[in-house]
Amino acid sequence: MIYNIEFETLPREALEAIQLRRLQVTAQRVYATVPFYRKKFDEAGIRPGDLKSLKDLQRLPFTTKQDLRDNYPYGMFAVPMDNVVRIHASSGTTGKPTVVGYTARDIDLWAELMARALVAGGASRGDIVHNAYGYGLFTGGLGIHYGAERLGASVIPISGGNTKRQVLIMKDFGPTILTCTPSYALHLAEAAAELGVGFGDLKFKSGIFGAEPWSQNMRDEIERKLHLKALDIYGLSEVIGPGVSIECLEGRNGLHIFEDHFIPEVVNPETGEVLPHGEMGELVFTSITKEAFPIIRYRTRDVTSLSLEPCICGRTHVRMNRVTGRTDDMLIIRGVNVFPSQIESVLMEMRWVEPHYQLVVDRQDNLDILTVKVEVGEQTFSDEVRKLQDLERKVAKNIKEYLGVSAIVKLVEPKSIPRSEGKAQRVIDNRKI
Amino acid sequence: MRVEQISVFLENKAGRLSEVTGILSEAGINIRALSLADTSDFGILRLIVNDNSKALAALKDRGFTVGKTDVVAVEVDDRPGGLHRILLTLFKANVNVEYMYAFVQQSGNNAVIIFRFDNLDEAVKVLQENGVKVIEGERLYAM
Repeated sequence: MIYNIEFETLPREALEAIQLRRLQVTAQRVYATVPFYRKKFDEAGIRPGDLKSLKDLQRLPFTTKQDLRDNYPYGMFAVPMDNVVRIHASSGTTGKPTVVGYTARDIDLWAELMARALVAGGASRGDIVHNAYGYGLFTGGLGIHYGAERLGASVIPISGGNTKRQVLIMKDFGPTILTCTPSYALHLAEAAAELGVGFGDLKFKSGIFGAEPWSQNMRDEIERKLHLKALDIYGLSEVIGPGVSIECLEGRNGLHIFEDHFIPEVVNPETGEVLPHGEMGELVFTSITKEAFPIIRYRTRDVTSLSLEPCICGRTHVRMNRVTGRTDDMLIIRGVNVFPSQIESVLMEMRWVEPHYQLVVDRQDNLDILTVKVEVGEQTFSDEVRKLQDLERKVAKNIKEYLGVSAIVKLVEPKSIPRSEGKAQRVIDNRKI
Repeated sequence: MRVEQISVFLENKAGRLSEVTGILSEAGINIRALSLADTSDFGILRLIVNDNSKALAALKDRGFTVGKTDVVAVEVDDRPGGLHRILLTLFKANVNVEYMYAFVQQSGNNAVIIFRFDNLDEAVKVLQENGVKVIEGERLYAM
């Protein structure tokens, strides 16, 4: 189903005409109201009036997370605070948080986009949405909430945490749509099993999962354990929050980006050069309708590719593939781009549950050597040397097949890979380049 | 007729083995037999102890990956050809030995060898049919 049939199925030509007009207006506004953008445009020698075609977007300078930090908290806002009705912020685990603002119209737009996303994921007016994304400064909870209300569905604003109570409510309130992070979905499944509640007996039809990268294998596991259709949603507060793109129930092959409001590009993370559709690179977004916090060519650091292949759902908006990693984590090993998440996929395919691993790169005699350390768990341990060595060989073989790069695989003891704030440190690059 | 053996995954790093023996000693566990198989990166420590569940809990608690395996304790005549006779019997019956190691204590005048077979039930049957004495777990832990 499609929520906004007119805009979501616009012919490309009409869509691109709208994009250009909206881009021109946005560029003029940020140039006039945000000193940061005026300075950047001037340095790049471009005026808003120079934007004659969509291709001219490439001439605009990039905006990075550091730029947002440098203008903390309100320096990037394009309207007076009188017109800002909502403030959200990123968690700021690495440095200052990123602060974003919304006007009443921005909130309205966000609700529309989230309603579109929920409908793409199988929701309609009659549904009950169990919204277990966190409510607060994080955009997840409130973003979904407003979209569900816009759609006319019933929302249970349960937020995150208190898993036992969540299970009870899922059992008694009969929600039909689950929204949370994919890892929390699996956590809910475990908690339900412990409480003797089977997801097969609940009423869920689909789950809309996002806010963290996940793999196809994780989708299979979620669908098996939760008895629902699992869909990927993408968004980031710097662009608007959840509702930037969503997989459709019909296609489930890439996430449609709401292009009448955001223009995506994929660029080479090293050179910034725009890459053709189909090539993997860093996702870059420009918002073309937002008022309080417009953003020009924002480097998301998320790695994906774009596709304009027609989709069976009828939407004409471009699709981005599942995000496969972060440019921060990207390693170039003997010329091959390697993302830690790809190693994770290999391990999960081998039935490694929640694998803990680390990539160590060294350079010996001008040759890159990749070592993948993997913690041995009870499912993978054997008391026979031969079986453990076979396992190492098999992981290495699968990495070679999947990534095209040779690796030395080393089994290590549990908890021997250092973790910071619960997350394992995935990459150690010892090369002096 | 099975004996329970516990196995511990160890990286080849200084002090790992003594860490394990330290934990077992603190928990008041007596090691009855032990073998260490190793490669250049890792080792597998196999242990027969007097209290398996206590040893397992103590090691897991300290973050080690621990496994449990059933093995067979066999009495071997302590004279030339004693072990050979047993291995030949098993070979003829098509039972493979994955690994083996000696138990510290003797059983009367006989040596005791711990075996890990690919087919444990078949191995025990063949051994007993051929008059080889297999030692029960309970007796072994207390020996």
